[in-house]
Amino acid sequence: MSAAETTTATGPSARRSPAPGARPGKPQGPGKPGTAGKRSGKGGAATPWALLAPCLLVLVLVLGYPLVRLVTLSFQKFGQGQLWGFQEAESAGLDNFTTILGDREFWAVVLRTLLFAGGSVIFTMVLGMLIALLLQRVSGWVKTLVNIALVASWGMPIIVATTIFKWMFDSDYGVLNWLLSKLPGVELIGHNWFASGPQGLAVIMLLVVWGAVPFVVITLSAGLTQVPKELEEAARLDGAGSFGVFRYVTLPILKPVLVMLTTLSVIWDMGVFPQVFVMRGGHPEPEFQLLTTYSYDKAFVVNDYSGGSAIALITVLLLLGVVAVYMRQMLKIGEVE
Amino acid sequence: MAPVAPRRRGRTKLGWNLLGLCVFLTAGFPVYWMLNTAFKPAKDAIDPNPHFFPTTFTLENFSRAMDVADFWGPVGRSLIVSLVVVAIGIVVGMLAALAISRFAFRGRKVVIVGILAVQMVPLVAMIIPVFLLLNDLGQYDKLSGLIITYLTFILPFTVWTLRGFIVNIPKELEEAAMVDGCTRTGAFLRVVFPLLAPGMVATSVYGFIQAWNEYLYALMLMSQQNQTATVWLGNFTTKNGTEYAPMMAGSAMMAIPIVVLFLLVQRKMAAGLTAGAVKG
Repeated sequence: MSAAETTTATGPSARRSPAPGARPGKPQGPGKPGTAGKRSGKGGAATPWALLAPCLLVLVLVLGYPLVRLVTLSFQKFGQGQLWGFQEAESAGLDNFTTILGDREFWAVVLRTLLFAGGSVIFTMVLGMLIALLLQRVSGWVKTLVNIALVASWGMPIIVATTIFKWMFDSDYGVLNWLLSKLPGVELIGHNWFASGPQGLAVIMLLVVWGAVPFVVITLSAGLTQVPKELEEAARLDGAGSFGVFRYVTLPILKPVLVMLTTLSVIWDMGVFPQVFVMRGGHPEPEFQLLTTYSYDKAFVVNDYSGGSAIALITVLLLLGVVAVYMRQMLKIGEVE
Repeated sequence: MAPVAPRRRGRTKLGWNLLGLCVFLTAGFPVYWMLNTAFKPAKDAIDPNPHFFPTTFTLENFSRAMDVADFWGPVGRSLIVSLVVVAIGIVVGMLAALAISRFAFRGRKVVIVGILAVQMVPLVAMIIPVFLLLNDLGQYDKLSGLIITYLTFILPFTVWTLRGFIVNIPKELEEAAMVDGCTRTGAFLRVVFPLLAPGMVATSVYGFIQAWNEYLYALMLMSQQNQTATVWLGNFTTKNGTEYAPMMAGSAMMAIPIVVLFLLVQRKMAAGLTAGAVKG
C-alpha cells in the first residue's frame, strides 16, 4: 500500500517526467509475489521453527510467564501478606478494575500521561523534522558540529541526562535560572521549577524531547538522502514552492519512516519512568504522577501488587490501542522481503 | 523557478548556518555543562554566578566520586550483566532473525507481530510480576536474575534489528553461492555472515548500551550492596542535599565511554532500526 500511495501522491507533480515518477513503485510491485513464491520453495517448515525455538523458549520463560502473571495478578487480591506467603492469593474478580476505574485520581493520571506523552511525541517529531531539513541546508562543518552534539545527547544514559537536567534546573545554583534572569524583565533566581506539576513536567518533557530528537534527526536525515532529486526538480518545474515540494514529494516518501518513528516515540514516551522518578527523588508528588509511576507507587509504596498490576495492564492496553493503528505499517515493514 | 542570484544564496546559507549553530549550542549545552561542572572545584559549582568557562581545572571531583560508595563494584556488575545479556541475545536473536527474514512459513506473521508487540510492553508494567517471579525462583538480588530480566527487552530488540540488517543483504548472493555448490548453511556462513558482521557488531554495541543504561530493574531487583552503575549515581543525593560537582564527575565517567561507543555505531544503528522502512 505504501508504494501505491507514494506513486499516487507524487503523480500530479511528476506528470511531465514519467521516468522518476515510476521509480518508487518499481521495486515492490512485481517483485513481491515472485520472491514470496521462491522463498516457500526452499527448506521445509522445520528449519525456521528450529531457528526460532531458542528465542521463543527464552521469551516464553522471561516474558510470557510474567505477562500471564500480570493478568492473573490484576484479578486477585495480592498484598504484602500474599507476597510473604502468610495468606493465599484469592480471586478478586473485577474488583481491582472497578476500584481503579471509579477513582477520579486515576483518570487525572491518565489524562496527564496522554498530554505528557502526546506533547513529547509532537515536539520530538516536529523538531526532529525541522532539524533534519535544516541539516540539508547548512555547510559541512556546521553539520558535523550539530551531529556531534546530537550523538552525544542521544548516547547519554537517561539517568545521566536526568541528573544533568536536575542540576541545570536547580533552584539555587542552576545555570538555567541564572541565564534566564539575564533576559530583561525576567527574574528567576531561586525559582523552583518543581513547585508545580505542570511546570515540573514541562521541564521533564524538555528532557525527554532533548534525548529523543537525535534519533529522529539522524533517521530522517538518512531518509531525506533517499528522496530522488529528480522528483523534487520535477515538482519545482511544475511551480511548487519549498513547502509544496516538502508536502507533496518529501513527506509522502518519508511517510513509512515517519510512521515508524512516531510509533516508537509513542511507546517510549508512554513508558517514561526514570526521568520522573529520579527528578522527584524517588517520590513523585501526586501532580507529577504518570501511569508508570502511579502503578509503581500502588504496588511498591502502598504494597497493593494487584492494584498496581491492574494499572499496568490498563496502560498496556491503552498503549496497544494507540499503537494498533500503526502496527499495520510496522508489520508491512517486517514483510518487505 | 529562476536561479537564485549567488549573493542571495550566500546570505541564506549564512542564515541556515547560524540557525544550525543555535541547534548545536542548545543540544550540546547540557553535555558541556556536565563536563564544565565535573572539572571545576566543588565550591565554584555552587557559586551564584556560574562560571561559563572553567578557570581552575581539578580532578578532585573524580576522586571524590570514586570514593562515594564503591565505584568499581557497580561498574563491574554492570559490565558482567551487559556482556552476558548481549552474548545470549545476539546468538539466540540471530537465529530467530534469520528465520523471519529468510524463510516463508506458516505462522511467520504471528511471530513478527509477537516480537513487535512485546517491545511495546513498557518495562514498568512488567516490574511487579518479574519481581514476584524472581522472588519465587530465589533470583532476587542476584546478577543472574537481572540478566534473565534484561533479556525481556534485549532479545526482541536484537531480533528486530538483526532482521533489518539481514533484509539489506540481497538474497541473490546466497542463491549464487548455492548454485556454485554451497549448502544453505555454507552459503550463509561464507556469504551472508561476513556481510552481516558489521551489523552484528552495531547491534551488540547498542544492546550493550541499553543494558548498561537500564535503571528501573536494577533499582528494584538489586539491593544496595549489589547495585549497578546507573543506580550508583543516586548515591550523590543524600538527605543533606546533592553533591553536584562529584555527581557530574560520576556522570561523566558513566557517560563518556558509552557516548564514544555510541559514536562508533550510531549510523549503522539508525540504518538497521529503520531498514525496509526507507527502501519500500
